[in-house]
Amino acid sequence: MKTFQYERAASAETATTDAATPGAKFIAGGTNLLDLMKLQIETPGKLVDITRLPLGDIESRDDGGLTIGTLVPNSDLAAEPRVIEGYEVLSRALLAGASGQLRNKATTGGNLLQRTRCYYFYDTATPCNKREPGSGCSAIGGFNRILAVLGTSDKCIATHPSDMAVAMRALDATIVTLKADGDRRRIAIADFYRLPGETPEIETVLEPGELITAVELPKPVEGARHLYRKVRDRASYAFALVSVAGVVVMDGTTVKSAALAFGGLGPMPWRNPAVEAALVGKEASDATFAAAADALLADARGFGSNDFKIPLMRRTLIASLRELTGA
Amino acid sequence: MQWTINGQRYVAEVDVRTSLLDLAREHLGLTGSKKGCDHGQCGACTMLVNGRRVNSCLTLAVMHDGDEIMTIEGLGQVGNLHAMQSAFVKHDGYQCGYCTPGQICSAVGMLDEAKKGWASHASASLTDAELNDAEISERMSGNICRCAAYPNIVDAIREVAGLGDREPVLVAAGEVGA
Repeated sequence: MKTFQYERAASAETATTDAATPGAKFIAGGTNLLDLMKLQIETPGKLVDITRLPLGDIESRDDGGLTIGTLVPNSDLAAEPRVIEGYEVLSRALLAGASGQLRNKATTGGNLLQRTRCYYFYDTATPCNKREPGSGCSAIGGFNRILAVLGTSDKCIATHPSDMAVAMRALDATIVTLKADGDRRRIAIADFYRLPGETPEIETVLEPGELITAVELPKPVEGARHLYRKVRDRASYAFALVSVAGVVVMDGTTVKSAALAFGGLGPMPWRNPAVEAALVGKEASDATFAAAADALLADARGFGSNDFKIPLMRRTLIASLRELTGA
Repeated sequence: MQWTINGQRYVAEVDVRTSLLDLAREHLGLTGSKKGCDHGQCGACTMLVNGRRVNSCLTLAVMHDGDEIMTIEGLGQVGNLHAMQSAFVKHDGYQCGYCTPGQICSAVGMLDEAKKGWASHASASLTDAELNDAEISERMSGNICRCAAYPNIVDAIREVAGLGDREPVLVAAGEVGA
């Protein structure tokens, strides 16, 4: 590990100005950042430790929603009664990720910002545009079993690894930040992540020094069924090959509303309004579900060893919709 | 910097890069916690920090200034074993023993989590989870045992959780290898 300057933040305001300098990073749970620092994939010159800041509460808002402090650990968030009651998909997604030890340390904000587990991003002996911009992508034409089939570019086919973020995408979460200039921003999760395009090293819209302070969830959807289904190579403690987060409301046998987000498919938690449009107002049936899968996967493209994800996602979505709709 | 480890106060100045695991092993002589992968994948380094099980390889000593830490050495000693240590001995919950300190610290932390009512990925209900073999396996999935002593580890944890012995699995002769 390269050495770095360590600072414990005295306040969120000073943390943002401290971290706005080139090469500086925030650290909270550290479960991903320290892993990457040991491999010298990340080599920050300064770490700003935010763990002692008062950003670890979960608060109910007057509008019926929930505000989750950025430092709330994944395990505490999964066990929070208000989350289990109103946002079961989030609790389920969190419990499907990582291990007990990691969930005890990993934070809400950090989980949103974790980096891809692409083999080549981790292998510093091989080119990777995300790790070393301009060096090339080894995954295209290489081992890409775990990588993306949607939203890719000819520079990068990495997937975003989070389960939690997929549930938050289905729940229309908003990310609240504090910038180094003192401004606060509220960023819809739909606008938070960036596609790789020509610059796969830039993964979110966050600016230097901008600190996630909280994640807001809107009021729970009334009468909804929740589901998080994750398909992986072993039964526990593995990243998703594909996953579905679903929040569906039925009116008899007709789909009244549907919010569906997907993991393991793309460089960000994936959501496509066309999938939901294929469902809402329709009779819950395999024909309807097949149309939703068609909409999701119309632009999907495999890279050889990840081709299987396309039919796997199709079957996983259809099975999930049967469960969500009772059809 | 200072830490309270196993009830004893330690004061040291270490490089900012020092993990909590390396602090214990290399600087304080507490070598019970083991370094397996050093990347949070194997669980051999599991310690209880402020009562919660964490991977001590994936956190910095400097970030835990002032914290209370429990390692396998503090959990019990020869002649005064923790119930989980005794159960691992009784049920032979290991072969080489390298993962055992992490397994035991993790199991102690895990049972506290279960006592608080925390559910797991294996729980049918998020509000009414009951420990059973599938739950124990899921909740302990962050601890790898290369010797695959898993059935005996589950037995040891079952005993401390008050679940008693597993039902023996009977396989009819004709089914073997089928």
